[in-house]
This record gives sequence, C-alpha cells and structure tokens, in this order.
Amino acid sequence: MNALVSMSGIEKSFAGVPALSQASLEIAPGEVHALIGQNGAGKSTMIKVLTGVYRRDSGSVVIGRGESEISSPREAQEAGIATIYQELNLVPLRSVTENIIMGYEPKRLGLFVDWREGNKRAREVLARFGIDIDVTEPLGNFSTAIQQLVAIARAVSLEAKLVIMDEPTSSLDASEVEVLFGVVRELKNQGVSVLYVSHFLDELFQICDRVTTMRDGRTVSTRIVSETKKLEMIADMLGRNTDEIAAEGMTDFAGAKAKRGSILLRSENVCSGPRLTHFDLTLHRGEIVGLGGLLGSGRTEAARALFGVDALEDGVIELDGHTGQPSGPDEAISKRIGFLTEDRKAEGIIPDMSVRENMTLALLPKLAKRGQIDFERERAIVDGFISDLGIKAAHMDQPIRELSGGNQQKVLLARWLATEPDILILDEPTRGVDVGAKREIQSFIRSYVDKGFGVVLISSEFEELVEGADRIVVMHEGRSVTELANPGITGNILVGALAHHDAGADTWNAQ
Amino acid sequence: MERTMKLPKRVASMPLRFHGGIVALAALLVFNSLFTPNFLQLQTLFVNISQVATIAIVAMGMTLVIATGGIDLSVGAVMALAGALAPLIFLSDLGAANPALGVALAIMLPLLVAGLCGVFNGVMVAVLNVQPIIATLILFISGRGIAQVLTNGNLQTFSNPSFSYLGTGKILGLPFQGWLALVIACVLFWVITRATWGRYLLAIGGNERAAFLSGGPVRRVKIGAYVICAVLSGFAGLIVVAINSASDAARNGNLMELDAIAAAVVGGALLQGGRAPIFGAILGAVIIQLVKYTLLANGVEDEVALIAKAAIIILAVWMQQFRRT
Amino acid sequence: MLDEMAFDLRKYLRRNSASVTVWVALLALILFGLMRYDNFGSAYNFSSFLNYNAMFIAIALGMCFVIMTGGIDLSVGSVAAFTSVVAAYLSPYGIQVALPGAVLAGIGFGAINAFCIIVLRIPPFIATLATMLAAKGGALVISGAQTISVDWGSNFTKLGMGQALGLFPWAIVIVAGLTLVLGLMLEKTTIGRTVLAIGGSEDASNLMGLKVNRAKAFVYLLSGGCAGLAGLFLASGFGAGQPLEGIGWELSAIASVVVGGTLLTGGMGSIPATVAGALLLGLVFNVLNFENGQGTISFSAYWQMVIRGGFLFAVILLQSRVIAKQQKVIGS
Repeated sequence: MNALVSMSGIEKSFAGVPALSQASLEIAPGEVHALIGQNGAGKSTMIKVLTGVYRRDSGSVVIGRGESEISSPREAQEAGIATIYQELNLVPLRSVTENIIMGYEPKRLGLFVDWREGNKRAREVLARFGIDIDVTEPLGNFSTAIQQLVAIARAVSLEAKLVIMDEPTSSLDASEVEVLFGVVRELKNQGVSVLYVSHFLDELFQICDRVTTMRDGRTVSTRIVSETKKLEMIADMLGRNTDEIAAEGMTDFAGAKAKRGSILLRSENVCSGPRLTHFDLTLHRGEIVGLGGLLGSGRTEAARALFGVDALEDGVIELDGHTGQPSGPDEAISKRIGFLTEDRKAEGIIPDMSVRENMTLALLPKLAKRGQIDFERERAIVDGFISDLGIKAAHMDQPIRELSGGNQQKVLLARWLATEPDILILDEPTRGVDVGAKREIQSFIRSYVDKGFGVVLISSEFEELVEGADRIVVMHEGRSVTELANPGITGNILVGALAHHDAGADTWNAQ
Repeated sequence: MERTMKLPKRVASMPLRFHGGIVALAALLVFNSLFTPNFLQLQTLFVNISQVATIAIVAMGMTLVIATGGIDLSVGAVMALAGALAPLIFLSDLGAANPALGVALAIMLPLLVAGLCGVFNGVMVAVLNVQPIIATLILFISGRGIAQVLTNGNLQTFSNPSFSYLGTGKILGLPFQGWLALVIACVLFWVITRATWGRYLLAIGGNERAAFLSGGPVRRVKIGAYVICAVLSGFAGLIVVAINSASDAARNGNLMELDAIAAAVVGGALLQGGRAPIFGAILGAVIIQLVKYTLLANGVEDEVALIAKAAIIILAVWMQQFRRT
Repeated sequence: MLDEMAFDLRKYLRRNSASVTVWVALLALILFGLMRYDNFGSAYNFSSFLNYNAMFIAIALGMCFVIMTGGIDLSVGSVAAFTSVVAAYLSPYGIQVALPGAVLAGIGFGAINAFCIIVLRIPPFIATLATMLAAKGGALVISGAQTISVDWGSNFTKLGMGQALGLFPWAIVIVAGLTLVLGLMLEKTTIGRTVLAIGGSEDASNLMGLKVNRAKAFVYLLSGGCAGLAGLFLASGFGAGQPLEGIGWELSAIASVVVGGTLLTGGMGSIPATVAGALLLGLVFNVLNFENGQGTISFSAYWQMVIRGGFLFAVILLQSRVIAKQQKVIGS
C-alpha cells in the first residue's frame, strides 16, 4: 500500500517536556483512519505537527512522494491537507459563502471578488452534502452542525486529499452525526482520506477503516477496525490488560445505592427561554438524578436555571421547601447549591491562580472574617481535599494551569465540595479527563451522595448515566419528557426513551 | 494508572519579574550619579519624591483596573476635573467665610466627583459591557472639557497654605504626598493579598466567567476598581494643584494615563489581567520619573522626553511577553 | 436562482439596520437645519462644512478599517498634527510634493504602529497610544513648538481653500475618491474580506490560511496615511502647520465609525455608513453653531469636547443594545 501520509519517528517537546516521542502515523489514500488516545496522549500535537502549526524536533513526514516542508496552515492547505478543528476555524459574523471561499475567491479582472460565482460555488459544494441554505446569511445564524458541515465543505472545495476532523461529533446531535457520517463516506467514495480523531469509540466502528492508538506521546498500535474489539482499543489507550477492564466494569459508579431522603429540590414547569421550555425535576437527599438527552436538549440550560444564571420566564423552583429561584450564582451558593460547569477552561479554572486559590473561590464568603481571608483555615481545608481526592500537585500554591486535566477537574470538584452543598449539579464531570481520573471522580461522587446529599448529573456518556444515576430524567428539545428509574435501566432502554421522541436517535448505539 | 505530569521546574518568576525593574532602576541611579550634576543631593530626592508621588498614586489605581483586564484612559481628565473643583470651592463665598470647612469640602467634594466618574466608567464596563478603552475614552475627552467649562478655561491661582499642605507639607523631612503614596500602597497591598475583595479582583482578571459562576460579585468588584482608580486620580489632581498653588484644567494630569499605564506595566501588571503588583507600580512610577528627570537634567528637551516615554511603554509591554510561558 | 436576483428589501434592512439608521438620522438633521436656519442651505455653509469635515472623514475612513480588524488607532490626531507641520514645511514646493510628503509621513507612523502590533505583538491601544505620544513629541520638535505658516505663493493652499466646480472643495473631492476606492476594496477585494475575517476571528483567519499579518499591516498603514492626508488638509485649509492640533480627533473618528454601525469588536462594518457617521457628527456641531449664532444658546469652545464625549456615549449606549441583540441571534 502506497501511503498518502507517512509520519515516523516524530519527536516534539515543549520547554523540555516531551509531548511526542517516536510517534508514527500512516494514512492510506481513500481510507478513514481513526486516531485515538486519552487526553494528553499527543493526538493534537501530532495533528499540529502534520499541519505545520508546530515544527517537529525530529522525525520525518512524507506526503505523497516527498518529504514534507509544511510550516504553516496555509502551506498545509495548499498541499491538500484540510483541518476541521474542535473549536471551529470559521468566522461566524461573515456569510457562509465567504467562509467557504475565503482566501481562494473567484475574481473578475484578477482583482475584484466575483460574488455571484462565489455564491454559486458555495451552493454547489454544499449541495453535494444535501444542504440547501441561504449562503449569503451570516454563518453564525446557523446551527453548530451546519457550521461544521460548512467547514468540511470548505475543505472539500479546496480539493483536499486529506481531511482531518478533530472531535467532529462532540457538539452534534444524533441525526446530525448521521449527516456527518454520510459526508465522511462520500469523501471516502471520492478518494479523499479522512483522519478522524474521536473520544467516542462506538463511532469508529461505523465509519473507520483503521485505528491508530497513542499513549503518552507514543504510537502504541495500528489496527484494522473491523477486526478489533472496543475493549482492545481501551486496553491500548490505558496500557492495561483487557481482562482487568472487563472484570471491573466501565465506570466506578456501581455500588450500594443509598436510601432516598427528604426532598431537596423541586422544579415545576421551568422555562428560561427557547432552549428550555418545560422542565420538571424532583431531587431527594441521597440520590443521583441524571439528565439524559442529546446535545441541545436543554440539559445545561436546566442546570443554569437551577443555579440562577439564566432567569426564569415561567415555572417554580422550590429549594428545601422555600419557593424562589436563586438570583445568581452567589445566592445559589449561599442556598447550598454547587454547579460544576461543563467547560473547564472557559468557565472553571482561573489558570494563573494557585490550586489553593482556585479551590476556595466559591468558599470565599465563608472563609472571610470582616472581609479578611482566614489563611489558616484555608490551608487546612485545601490540604484536606488534596489528600482526600488524591490531587497530584507539587504543592498547593502551584498554578492550576500546570496540572493535568484530571487533576484540574478534581480541584474544581473540591471547589464545590468545600462549600458543602446540599445539591451538587455536575455538568459532564468526566469529560476530557483520562480514564484513571474518571473512575476516581465517579467514586467520589458516589461516596458524597452516600452521605445524604443530592446530585444532578449531566452526561453525554450513556454508560455514566446508566450506571451512575438512581433515576434519569430524559430531556428532549428543551422539555423533560420521561423519567426512568434504576435498577433496571440499560443503555438500550435509555436510547429507546430518547428515540421515542426523536426518530433519528435509534441509530445512536450506546453499546 | 501512571501519571506522567512533568512539571516545568517552577521558575522563581516573581523575583525575576521584579529584577528587570530593579536593574533598570539601578542603572538609572548609577548613570545619574555619574553624569547628572547635583544628583546626589537631598534636594534632588525631595523634588523627585514630590513628583513621583502623583504618578505612583494614579499608577496604583491603574494597576487595580488593569488587574481586572481593563484599562482607564480617563485618569488624567479626572485629575483635571478634581483639580479644577478644589479652588472653586475654597475660593467661593462659603469657603472664604469658613476656611476650615472650605478646605475640607475642597478635598471631599472633588474626591466624590472623581468617585462618580469612576462609577460612570465602571458601570459602562461592568454593566453595559462596553470595552474599557472606549468606555473610558468618553471621560478622557469630556472630563477635561467639563473642567475647562467649569473654569472657563482660566488658570486659577490662589494662596491657601492649609490646602497647599497636600503638595508642599513635610513629615519627618519628606514630602507629605510621598507618605500618602506609601500609606495607600500598604492599604492596597493588604487588600490585594489578604482581603476577599482582592482575591475576587484577581480571579475576575484571570477568568471572569469562572469567577462569576463561583459566586464572585463581578460587577461590584469591577466597578469598585474603577472607583478606586478614579478617587486616587482625584487625589493626584488635588496634589498637583496644591504643589503649583494654581489649577490649570488644560494641563493638570495631561498624558497622565500614559505615565500610569507605563508605571503599572513596568511594575509587572499584565494587560490581560489577573495580577496586581502594587509595589511594582511604585517601582514603575519611580523609574518613569527618573527617566524624565534624567533627560531633563541632562538638557534633553521636553518634547524628546515624550518620545523616550513612548519607547519605554513599548519596551515594557514587549518584555512582558517573555514572562508568560 | 431567481430568488437571489430579486432584491429582498426586508433582508437588506435587517442586515443593515445600523447604516440605514445613520442615513435617516443624517437626513432628518439636514431637514431640521434647512427648516430652522436661513443660511443653513447656502452654498457657503455647504462647502465650508464639507471642507472642514474632510479631514475628519479621512481619519474616520482609516479608523474604520482598523476597527474592523478588531484593533484601534489612538495616534491619528497627533499624527495629523505632525503631518500638518510636514506639509507646511513642504508647501513651497507645491501640492505635488506636499501631498505625497505628508501622506508618507503618516504612513511612516502607521508603519511604527504595524511593527509594534504585528512583530512585537503589543496590544493595539498601547502601541498606538505610545505612537500618539511620539508623534506629539515629534511634531513639537520639528516645529519648535510653533505654528508653521505655509507658503501662500505656491498652489498649496488651493487644496484647502479652492473649489472644484465652485462648490465642492478639493479636499472633499479627494476624500470622495478615497471613499469610493476604500468602499470597493472592502466589498470586492481579498484584502477587504480578510480585514473583516480577522475582526470576526483572528485565530480562524490564521487557520484558514489567510494573510492575516499583511492585512493588519495594511490597515495601520492606511490609517496612518489617512491621518497624513488629514494633516495636509489642516495645513492647507488653515494656512499653517499646527503641532498642537489633533487632540480628541481619535475620539471623533471612533465615534463616526461606531455611529456608522461598525462593530467595535470588528468583523462587521461599512465605509459609506462611516462617512455618514462623520457627516452626522460634524453636522451636530454645525447646527449648534447656528443655534449659537441665533443666540438661543451660548457655549464656549470648551463645550465641544464635552459634546463629543456625550455623543459617543449616546452612540455606545445604542450600540451596546444592538450588539447584545445581535449576539443573541448569532449566539443561539
């Protein structure tokens, strides 16, 4: 097989810390190649080396026949490599057409952009994927899925030989994922290679030909997908033995379920805008209630409404028997609610502050005596959580940005546990966290609930919900539609509950 | 589960950061003691302290605003406004009839007005979400305009020893405003390092959304930073008027925003926010003042000094980038 | 296909609400002036109004491009003061030398800005604030802190005082030409679209392989050049190079740009609406002058700065609402 791209012996380090060592990757023409690994395994760095964002320290990159000299994203584009990043590399304020043709505009007289021709081209390339939209409309007016497809359309219109997709489905719902898969298959039919980076292993079986697994900056294996089991991939990613994993189960939630206590929180008919129109929930002491649903079903919006971030337009929230929505996060915290947000970087950590300062941020009002921080108590509390949660940090004054994703997440979890909330809302608590830390976080949550507190758990991973939640409130298009109770929930039942309200969802296979 | 978190060796960044400024200061001192006539005299020290105090006071306020990720271009205009108000008050009939009350009001009222300017800036930034540069640009221009309208553009001269104490008084032989700057610095340092308000200030500068979602009073703290900055500017405006025994709305605090930003940045404030080195701001102010003095004392024209200052600002901000990893 | 040919008025209005508003406001104010004051519509008022505002429009045009990239240029006022002195010195050689000389001097400062912002990666407002200082110092140094009288013998003053067709001052003719070129450039050329893309998202523009640095350098050079032109108009129209002028001009320019519906955060903007914004701002002062003349109000020159600030304040209040609304639409 004559490879389209062949990377071997790649070394790359940042400020002396190796990110890649002896990494390799080979992509055949017209194949869909998956690249998987835990966070920090080196996938992104590998892609950035390939696309010229980073310069490799050593090793060789061969594209087609020759050694690659790519040193900028533009050169990568010209060499036929198009990348669709996790954070979309498009300009929402500008029109769809501009986003597709930008940098390669059709010209009249060699100078003036020919908009009619440009619009036509944009429409044509979108039509190949069965999309018909007003291409003169600003891109930002369309859904994330459309934006993603526009990014792919741009790649295709540049006649790319290789399209790199970094976590393309992480913000798509099931029917949109199907459209994307259709596009990927279409690309493959046209002889375009796709490098597909994803955390969702199930997806790989649907569209990928081969899979390369990375761990700690090294390439561990390259397998043919149809001859590989999911467990083997996980074993490669973790560097563990398949039998071990099979015996222990996928998550660490499973355990004795505590008894339900009194009602902590009730929401009835809550509406905070078009994205959350009708939300009912009852949370008791000592239970985990999961919010199930696809992306955009209103899960995060429900959490934000409970925490007082988005004001209610209608409905009632009752906390501990008293009616009334918290006026904002500060009041929510004083009413003993905690909210671990989904986006750790944008809404969680304060990167330049220390582990200690990050951990006590929500606790600050309680730590103060007449406006002055009680440092002794602060240190004692932080020390306690560092050892309880097993946070790996050099010391408590280390800036949090220097910690790994899993440890950062533990610090943020501690930030909320420290406020001793009755109600803890966890939005994707284990997203982007490596498997080891994930299990630890899950078991903390369980032990916390066992002490008699209530948890609202939002997760895209069905396994986490099915194994972790005592009950699951199923959400669909801004409404809570059904409730399932454990024991007895399986992935298929959950999918069934979702599918009942969304025909596209039955193709979504949760193992 | 192995965990290969390789921590970059914790560079002692704090002392290093300070060293750049201290090296510059040392170089300036050495240069001056060698080449500037009469540099090593007590008189020179007094002159420089009384000059540097105003820059330092404003720079500390600016440091707080910059720590939130903002900027305040209106400090000079607020100085002019406060400075124009004071003589108007103690020269008024009421002030002439009750000298003590007149002077007290001539200090309190301008500071109150300055505080209101700060509220205006803070509300624009924190509530209406206008970019700080634009929000404070409004008072940058019209604040001085208001001062000139109030005084009809006239120079107001006066002789009022008790008010002039602000700019000419001495405690233990050193200028009053130098002590004032030091006291303000100590108070602010305490607030930044030990008070919840200070912790929130840095958190907001570091990641505003995260601070908000953790219950931080974002609006209150941001408005507070602009108010403190404006009140300190008002103080500086009063001191300048007291030094000169005259108030000139066109010149009081002119280009002070640049001096203050430069001093804050030289002192280690990050324009992105999240860091508030109060004593750094004083160090920065001293360096700016010494550069000014050095050029002046060695016969360089005032206009050329402007260009030199521009170069210092660019250099200081440029150097900042190497500090970030 | 046919739908696209058909002009959709509603869609046009929805997408251009800000620029439509500024044109309507401009027309309304003109009508108000025509009805209230006798000489408002006179040829003299018309041409002197345009002549005086030519320099502000020039600066606003440059500023518009800078703001569309998400940057800002605070140095324009001082740079114009500097180039007015340069133009005054070059005036004996005639307009053919003074014009390129002044514009090149402006571009020189633009180059300093571009260098600091692109190469040294200094935030635009700091870099241009420093340049503002340097240009101010420079203007005072080369002029010896004096106004420099121009040479009345050469053709230099024709530019600022003469008129084409007896009605249109030359300065405004030049500015009109500039408006046309820049408008075309924004709508129809790669660099114009790149400018907008950078303002929309600089990271995305880089990843798309656009020539981001080139476009950024271009806008600061352009802004410097426009300020240079404004300095030329200043010297030629008032007969002297004025090193102390230009205070608050950046504010007028920013106000004009913002009034014209350009987003302060970049990514969206319009050249014609910027001109309309500059005209509107100028007209406010014109109307106030007439009121002053009629004796209904009296305000000193010091009020100008206050009014400018107030005007910007009003516009920002309006825009912050519009932006909030737009972001809601776009964010969802």
